[in-house]
Amino acid sequence: MSVRHALLALLSEGPNYGLQLRHEFEERTGEVWPLNVGQVYTTLQRLERDGLIESDSEGDAGPQKSFRITADGAAELEAWLRTPPDLNSPPRDELVIKVLVAMRVPGVEVGEVIQAHRRHVVELMQEWTKVKRNAGADELSLPLVVDAELFRLDSVIRWLDAADARLRRVDTAAKRVPAPSRPEPRPARAEEMNR
Amino acid sequence: MSALQLTKVSKVYGSGATQVSALRSVDLTVEPGELVAVMGPSGCGKSTLLTIAGSLEEPSGGEVTVGGLPLSRLSRRERAALRRRAIGYVFQDFNLLAGLTAAENVSLPLELDGVPVRRARSAALTALDRLGLAERADRFPDELSGGERQRVAIARAVVGERHLLLADEPSGALDSVNGEAVMRLVRETCQGGVAGVVVTHDAQLASWADRVVFLRDGRVVDQTAPAAGPESLLDVDPAR
Repeated sequence: MSVRHALLALLSEGPNYGLQLRHEFEERTGEVWPLNVGQVYTTLQRLERDGLIESDSEGDAGPQKSFRITADGAAELEAWLRTPPDLNSPPRDELVIKVLVAMRVPGVEVGEVIQAHRRHVVELMQEWTKVKRNAGADELSLPLVVDAELFRLDSVIRWLDAADARLRRVDTAAKRVPAPSRPEPRPARAEEMNR
Repeated sequence: MSALQLTKVSKVYGSGATQVSALRSVDLTVEPGELVAVMGPSGCGKSTLLTIAGSLEEPSGGEVTVGGLPLSRLSRRERAALRRRAIGYVFQDFNLLAGLTAAENVSLPLELDGVPVRRARSAALTALDRLGLAERADRFPDELSGGERQRVAIARAVVGERHLLLADEPSGALDSVNGEAVMRLVRETCQGGVAGVVVTHDAQLASWADRVVFLRDGRVVDQTAPAAGPESLLDVDPAR
């Protein structure tokens, strides 16, 4: 989440103070992403240094200092809104690795490992759904934030279900394939010859 | 007293080589006011569990009690009466009767149970009103949207004095926002003291439940702990 661009977005609505910006940021993100004051002021200082915002007075950013967006800041915000976020998955997804490892470790039932993760993710989803349930009927930001989290967790469940189904299919196929053929024992052969 | 209790319930279809065990020694208890979701892949036995819980099908073994009444000790007639009075079903494909209006569909179970027509209609209108459908009461199913039809199906399931609400993939093919509206209604119904069981393969729907039970190959293999408070999520590290 870019605090930098969130602050630019808030300032695009008009000049504002640091503390008020923090309050509005939290309110608009459904209070799901708390922001500390230090982070707000450090980011404001950097934005000012880069010429994307300007302030009324000289000196340190403090509660009495009001900020406004510059033309460069508005252009930066506009460009950011249309820039695709980084949707590349992390190079090593921990869950995927755990399931891959579980397939190799002797004595570990991979289906049980999958189920343990499935339960944990569903429990998290229950908690998020509770947040959405308790949201006021006129709230919009909070349900949007919670939906994003629920869809993300849902995709984890779907991957676990797919992994489970794939492993079971392999398991069933392995059971169906007859054991590798061995040379017929001698007596059987003798029996055949006697026929 | 539990609203629904399944004790060591099993169900076997067919016999000999073609025998299939749909449920194997399933224990499940649902208290009044509680909403339980049963999750599992296709063919894990979830729909069978629901039809047995609702006395639409008999188990091969074990016992089912609804509101303390053991179903095995009831006659067919008594079971049918229990289904009409105490148990509401919501099916995936709505199962509304095309020739009846929304209000008639909802009042039908009461009328079949001998409730005078006028009283049954009034109860139906109350149920439809609670689901925001009062103005659509005289419409036929094909004049309603998918979401409206599903709400009529829920109204029919909760009309009168039902104690148990059983739903099979209740949001069917609805989009996620309409599906959420359905689950909100199911939850509200349960908050009024009705016990609910929803079977689904959809984790987002299941997450509306107080408890999620996982079914696999006809067995209950796991369940979620009672849902923690939402505070646990909001108390996150600001540096994240």
